[in-house]
Amino acid sequence: MDGATNEPAVQVQGLVVDRGGRRVLDGLDMSVPRGSVTGLLGPSGSGKTTLMRAVVGVQLVRSGTVTVLGEPAGSPALRHSVGYLTQSPSVYPDLTVQENVRYFSSLYFRGSRRREAAAEAIEAVGLAGTEHQLVGSLSGGQHSRASLACALVGDPQLLVLDEPTVGQDPVLREELWARFHQLAERGVTVLVSSHVMDEANRCERLLLIREGAIIADATPDQVREHAGTTDLDQAFLTLVRRHEGSPR
Amino acid sequence: MSLPVFSSTVARILRQLRHDHRTIALMVVVPLVFLTLLYFMYDDDPLLFDRVALIMLGIFPFILMFLVTSIAMLRERTSGTLERLFTTPVAKLDLLFAYGVAFGLAAAVQATVATAAAYLLFGLDTAGSAVWAVVIAVANALLGVALGLLCSAFARTEFQAVQFMPVVAIPQILLCGLFVAREAMAGWLNALSDVLPLSYAVEALQEVGTSADPTGLMLRDIGIVAGAVVVALVLAAATLRRRTS
Repeated sequence: MDGATNEPAVQVQGLVVDRGGRRVLDGLDMSVPRGSVTGLLGPSGSGKTTLMRAVVGVQLVRSGTVTVLGEPAGSPALRHSVGYLTQSPSVYPDLTVQENVRYFSSLYFRGSRRREAAAEAIEAVGLAGTEHQLVGSLSGGQHSRASLACALVGDPQLLVLDEPTVGQDPVLREELWARFHQLAERGVTVLVSSHVMDEANRCERLLLIREGAIIADATPDQVREHAGTTDLDQAFLTLVRRHEGSPR
Repeated sequence: MSLPVFSSTVARILRQLRHDHRTIALMVVVPLVFLTLLYFMYDDDPLLFDRVALIMLGIFPFILMFLVTSIAMLRERTSGTLERLFTTPVAKLDLLFAYGVAFGLAAAVQATVATAAAYLLFGLDTAGSAVWAVVIAVANALLGVALGLLCSAFARTEFQAVQFMPVVAIPQILLCGLFVAREAMAGWLNALSDVLPLSYAVEALQEVGTSADPTGLMLRDIGIVAGAVVVALVLAAATLRRRTS
């Protein structure tokens, strides 16, 4: 890994993706620096999920390259080092929280580490105490946190999280963001999508996506400065208008 | 493939099954209900009961496991867990063989209970050993699992998956020799039944019915069913796509 640390964790070049006969991403370029919390923000339908699926290697792409931790996205070597949280929770509702997280843990670890890693992940998402409850019987917010625990459990170097804080109460949201920053300090790259602008403040870097193209790549402060407003919602709108006004 | 990943996936599928008490009950009880019906239907003809019940012991697990597996795999797909598993170190064959082994174990329990009931409760009488009947029933269950996994690749919804059952199972049941002896069928139907794996399973069961010792034909037929299972699993792996649109 040394020597390669300046190389971005994710590098996307000229990515074109069609879904259901519609062009969702049209020659998209972006990069995500290592060891950062990067926010992917944009309205729903802008291509966030498609881009994230391309990064984890489950999206059929028409053209372009996606390089993750120096390897082509989806290559077998990456499956030990990338954690993915899908937008709607993808865990087994007919298993308990513990059974779910231990199963995903067993895909990465052997021996006693399996159980330890599972216990840590359950703790990290605030589900300690519900280990023996069936996931299907949890509340919506708990259900998605069980799914998040399964993404964290493998100790990934890159975490791709599709709207991880939707439906969580403010206290938990705070804790989850603190957790993402802790991970980034340890060198983990965290890519988080959201359509809520007030979450953008918590990211070190922002990628604003609209209609399948990145229209800004900057820190939250730079975005505000650029748009000449302190309100990120307003700033996003200003950037969209400016982008639409400019010739493509 | 990786042995730890494969075995923990088997354990996970069995745990899901264990939480579903009603499915377990249905798996065990439904064949017994059918056997009871057959017993009273052929009340006055024990020889016919022996012939039909023996074949039914092979056909129940095939149908049930086909249905259970195609729905289970479809749930894996629609719940997003399949997509997530494809971003983890799980190989396609880890997953498919895990389904085969987990449901194969469930089928072994089902076949043992049904066969024990047929022989002990309903007085099924065969020249060969009941153990071979169980072996063939499990092979058939695995055939159902493998074809279920393969067909679920072509179904987008549960509605479609359920309708694959008659498409795949009914022609095999009609042509397997239960209703009309295969030799007595028109040439083209006979040829069709020659390429359907269930025909060999039924032939093997008929051998158990008529010969005291395992015959070469029976062993060959079990081998053909096992081969069909492997081919269907490999085809299922080939149709399972890591990347989707």
